[in-house]
Amino acid sequence: MTQNPIIDIKNVHKSFGKVEALKGVNLRIEEGEFFSLLGPSGCGKTTLLRMIAGFEEPTSGAVIIGGEPMMGIPANKRPTNMVFQSYAIFPHLSVSDNVGYGLAKKKMSRSEIAEEVNNALAMVDLVGYGDRSAHELSGGQRQRVALARALVMKPRVVLLDEPLSALDKKLREQMQIELRELQQSVGITFILVTHDQEEALIMSDRIAVLFEGEIAQVATPQTLYQQPVNERVASFIGVMNFLQAQATESADGGLGLEIPALGDVAIAKAARPEDLPAASIDRIGVRPEMLTILFDESDHAECESEGVVVGASYYGDMTYYSVQLPETEELTTVSMRNTAGRSIVASGTKVRIGWGADSIVLFS
Amino acid sequence: MRLTRFLSKNWLLTYAALYVAFLYAPVILLPLFAFNESTIIAFPLTGFTTKWFTVLFESTALHQAVKNSLIIGVVTAVLSTILGTCAARAMVRFGFPFKRGIVSFIMLPLVLPEIIVAVALLVLLMQLGFPLSIWTVIGGHVLICVPFSVAILSSAFQGLDKNLEEASLDLGETGWGTFRRVIFPLILPGVISSLLITFTISLDEFIIAFFLTGTDVTLPVYIWSQLRFPAKLPSVMALGTILLVLSVLLLVLGEWFRRRSAKQQGLDPASGGGFMQ
Ligand SMILES: Nc1ncnc2c1ncn2[C@@H]1O[C@H](COP(=O)(O)OP(=O)(O)O)[C@@H](O)[C@H]1O
Ligand SMILES: [Mg+2]
Repeated sequence: MTQNPIIDIKNVHKSFGKVEALKGVNLRIEEGEFFSLLGPSGCGKTTLLRMIAGFEEPTSGAVIIGGEPMMGIPANKRPTNMVFQSYAIFPHLSVSDNVGYGLAKKKMSRSEIAEEVNNALAMVDLVGYGDRSAHELSGGQRQRVALARALVMKPRVVLLDEPLSALDKKLREQMQIELRELQQSVGITFILVTHDQEEALIMSDRIAVLFEGEIAQVATPQTLYQQPVNERVASFIGVMNFLQAQATESADGGLGLEIPALGDVAIAKAARPEDLPAASIDRIGVRPEMLTILFDESDHAECESEGVVVGASYYGDMTYYSVQLPETEELTTVSMRNTAGRSIVASGTKVRIGWGADSIVLFS
Repeated sequence: MRLTRFLSKNWLLTYAALYVAFLYAPVILLPLFAFNESTIIAFPLTGFTTKWFTVLFESTALHQAVKNSLIIGVVTAVLSTILGTCAARAMVRFGFPFKRGIVSFIMLPLVLPEIIVAVALLVLLMQLGFPLSIWTVIGGHVLICVPFSVAILSSAFQGLDKNLEEASLDLGETGWGTFRRVIFPLILPGVISSLLITFTISLDEFIIAFFLTGTDVTLPVYIWSQLRFPAKLPSVMALGTILLVLSVLLLVLGEWFRRRSAKQQGLDPASGGGFMQ
C-alpha cells in the first residue's frame, strides 16, 4: 500500500440516536481504485458513502480525502461527486442542463460548458440526447445522465450508491461491464455501494465487506472468494458448504484434517493461515465447484469419497447437485459444468465425489 | 311509475344531481338578473339590458373599493405565500422542538370562527392605538390565509425528492443556489396555487374586512353596504356576475398552469400540490 491513499477513514463511528450505524470503521482507498462497499441491507454502506460525500458528519473519527481532513467541510466543497440510487435527475431540466448543472458554478464560458457537456455525454454513450427532458429517458439512460453529471465535474472520487439496482438483469449486467470500462479509461477513483456480491466481484479492484457497521474483510475479489476470513463472509460471497472437521498439528508445520463427511487430508504449512491453532478448527468450508462428481470408473481425484444425489438444479451451463454425504445431516452442494455428452444424474444415484487439499477453506 | 323506479334504482345519481342543483341554482340566478331590465328581482324576466353594468362602471365609490380589494388581495397573497413557503419547508424537512405545537398554532385560524378572529384583532388594534386602514385588513387576511398556503405548499414540498437537493449541493451549488435553481422551480405550481387561492380568499372575505377596515372599504363590504338600497340590487347582481366569471377564470388558469408544469416534469398531473384534486 502506498503512503497517501485518496480516502483515509480513521476509526469512524456514527450513531443515529440509539442506532449505531458504524462502529469504528478503518479504511484506506487508493487513487484510481474501483472500490466496493459490500454488505447486506442496513449494514451502514450508504451511511459511510454519505459521510465521504459530506451529507453526514461522523459521530467520532475522521474522514480524510486527498490528505485533507474533511471535518466541517460541506458537500459542495468536497472533491467528490455522487451518483444517487434514485439518480436524482433534475426533472425540470433537459439532459444537457442536468449534466452542465455543476459547471455553471465554475468560471467557464457558455461554449466551454457546452463542449464539456458534450464530451461527458459522449463518454456515457448519450450523444444527441442533450435536448431531451429527463422524463423521456429510460432507467438505464437516467443512470448514464447521473454518471455524466458526476464525471463532468472531474472529481477525484465518484461515489455510487447502488446505481444499478433499479435496472433489469440484462441491462444491469451490461452496465456493470460498461461502468468498469469507463472507470478504467478515466482513471478516477470509484467507490461503489452494493448488496449484490456478484456485482462487487465483477467490477471491483478491492471490496470491503461490512456487517452491522463493522468491516469484516477488505480484499481483492479473488482473495475474498478463495480465502474469506470467517464463515459469515464465506456464506455471503457465493455458495459455501460447511462441514464438521477436526485438526491435528503435523510434524512439518501443516495440519492433519479429519472430515467425517469427506475423509482425511493433509494441509501443507504454506496453505495454512498463520495464526490458526489446530485446536480451534471445528468447521471447514468447501465451494461447490471444488467438489467433483466422478462420472466414469476411470476418473480419479486426489481424494475420493461417496455420496447420494438427492436433487439437481439445472442452470443451462451448470447443474447444481444436492448430495447427501456420510456423517452429516445437511446436504452438500456440488456444481458441475454441463459438457457435451454428460447427462444429469438422477436422484438416488450413488456417486463418487472427488476433492483435494486445495478444495478446503480454513477460517481463522 | 317509470320515473319512481328510475329514482329508486339510481338514488345516488339523483342525490348528486339535486345536490349540484341546490349548490349552483343561486349562482345561475346572478347573471340572469344582472341582464334583466326591471329593478325588481323577480320572475318573469322583463327584457335584456346591459345598463346595470354601465351603472357599475360609472360609480367612483366602487372603483375605490375594487382598488382596495386588489391591493389587499395581492399583498395578502404574496405575504402569506412567502410565510407559508417558509413554514411548509420547515415542517416537511426539519425537526425542531415543539414542532407539533407550533404547527397546530399556525393552522389554528383554519378552524377558528372568523368573527372571533375579527373581534379579537379589532380589540387588540384599538388597545394598541393602531389606526384602521387597508394594512390592518391585510394583517387579518394574512393570518387566515397562511394556513391554506401552508397546506398547499407542504404537499408540494412533500413531493420533492430530498436527493435532488443533495445532488445540487453535491455538484457545488450553495444552499440558496439550490433553492433558486432546483427547489423553487419544482414547487412553482404549488406557489402559484397558493397565490391564486389566497388572493381569492382575501378578495371575497367579508367579516375581518368589515371589522378592520376604516374608511377604505373592500369590495365585499361595499356590496354589503349597497344591499340596503333596493334600487341598486340589479347592479350588485351585475357586479356579482363579473366576480363569478373572474373567479372561474382564475381557478381554471391556475389549474391549467399546474397541470402543464406537472406534465413538463413527467409527473401525474392529477397529483402534487394542486388545490383542485
Ligand atoms: N438518517 C437516519 N436516521 C436514523 N437512522 C438511520 C439514518 N440513516 C441510516 N440509519 C440507520 O443506520 C443503519 C444503516 O443504514 P444504511 O447506511 O442506509 O444501510 P445500507 O445502505 O447498508 O442498507 C440502518 O439501521 C438505518 O436504519
Ligand atoms: Mg443503502
